[in-house]
Amino acid sequence: MSAIESRGYVHPDVLVSTDWVAGHLEDPQVRLVESNEDPLLYATGHIPGAVEVDWTRDLNDPVRRDYLGREGFEALMRKSGISRDTTVVFYGDRNNWWATYAYWVFQLFGHSKAKIMDGGRLKWANEGRPLTRDVPSYPASGYQAPERNDKTIRAYRDEVLRHVETSGRMVDVRSPAEYTGERLHMPDYPNEGALRGGHIPGAANVPWARAINADDGTFKTAAELRAIYEDEAKTRPDDDVIVYCRIGERSSHTWFVLTHLLGYKNVRNYDGSWTEWGNLVGVPIER
Amino acid sequence: MSAPGTPEIPQKLADTLDTLGMITDRSERIQLLIDIADRFREVPPQVARRPFGEAHKVPACESEAYVWGEARPDGALDFHFAVENPQGISAKAMAVLLGDTLSGAPPEQVAAVPQDIVYRVFGNELSMGKSMGLMGMVSMVANLAKKQLAARGPAPS
Repeated sequence: MSAIESRGYVHPDVLVSTDWVAGHLEDPQVRLVESNEDPLLYATGHIPGAVEVDWTRDLNDPVRRDYLGREGFEALMRKSGISRDTTVVFYGDRNNWWATYAYWVFQLFGHSKAKIMDGGRLKWANEGRPLTRDVPSYPASGYQAPERNDKTIRAYRDEVLRHVETSGRMVDVRSPAEYTGERLHMPDYPNEGALRGGHIPGAANVPWARAINADDGTFKTAAELRAIYEDEAKTRPDDDVIVYCRIGERSSHTWFVLTHLLGYKNVRNYDGSWTEWGNLVGVPIER
Repeated sequence: MSAPGTPEIPQKLADTLDTLGMITDRSERIQLLIDIADRFREVPPQVARRPFGEAHKVPACESEAYVWGEARPDGALDFHFAVENPQGISAKAMAVLLGDTLSGAPPEQVAAVPQDIVYRVFGNELSMGKSMGLMGMVSMVANLAKKQLAARGPAPS
């Protein structure tokens, strides 16, 4: 049994170790995708063969606030040499924060052959493994994607409002200061893009990075995660759960944990998150 | 051009922003910023040692950046930085830019540097969290200049 399997996850196959990645650098059926918060990091050096997927440039519609559509996703996959059969392994900085965001967007298009490299970029670098500045080039694929499916793992504001009215389970993964609304009123803080501070009524507060071991960036064991999300936050694997943060990026990390590591069956990420809810007229807010 | 009565931003900063503005190719800009980040030097021990005080921590910066202002005899400040996230390349680049262009500048001008220069440095393709952290660094530097001005008292009329 591998170290990842021994942690008791419901779907351990969605995680791969740095060792596994090192053994698949030449595997044509595997494509490494680096996705970072810091836009300079990929160019300073990345795992050999890895392509970059930048959230702002590659995954968003350039005009309206939304993700790219089917044609845009196909174009991204084709230029990255990714086919429907390619196993995509995501990794990145900040405990895989943006890697899980990219992973979640890929799931909107049903690319199920996808994994996260446990520990992310920092673990790879700390182990002294190779990094390169060479940007790889792959023959274009003929990737054909289905239309984006926003119904299963994505929540819109009206759905969130109904969720509030029916006392559905929610997890706010922002910091306690954001959750209470305190941070919006702190002097010298940059504007968070919301007119009101606080949280959606009924949401439990579990900062996203609690799912991570601080020393090496790997995910905590299933037992440790259950203690956080079930015992503390009072969610259950059969619950209909909505997660959110400021724009949906940190909450994609928690979506990944609940869906794949703990096997929750119905988790949706509200990517409108606080930048939408905190600006909406007339919606309920708790502090 | 600034509105009447509004201090210009320091000349060195204006020149740097103009230079960056001429680079329209994303890869070129990224490479230049990486080269700038490579020049990052942490706050000297005579100014600050770990554990760094929370009062110096940049608000909203995920890279755990810290800023200090060291007064010169003429009242201008030298700015020093620490970035605790080893992968905080953008924060290091911003620290070098701010330190190089604002150290020694008139505090009146430093205090007036707007947060949104981060978009002129990095372009518009910044995530919200990243832009907030970098704007927090600018804000912290400007606030140190404001404190310096307040300590100096009102200018003679």
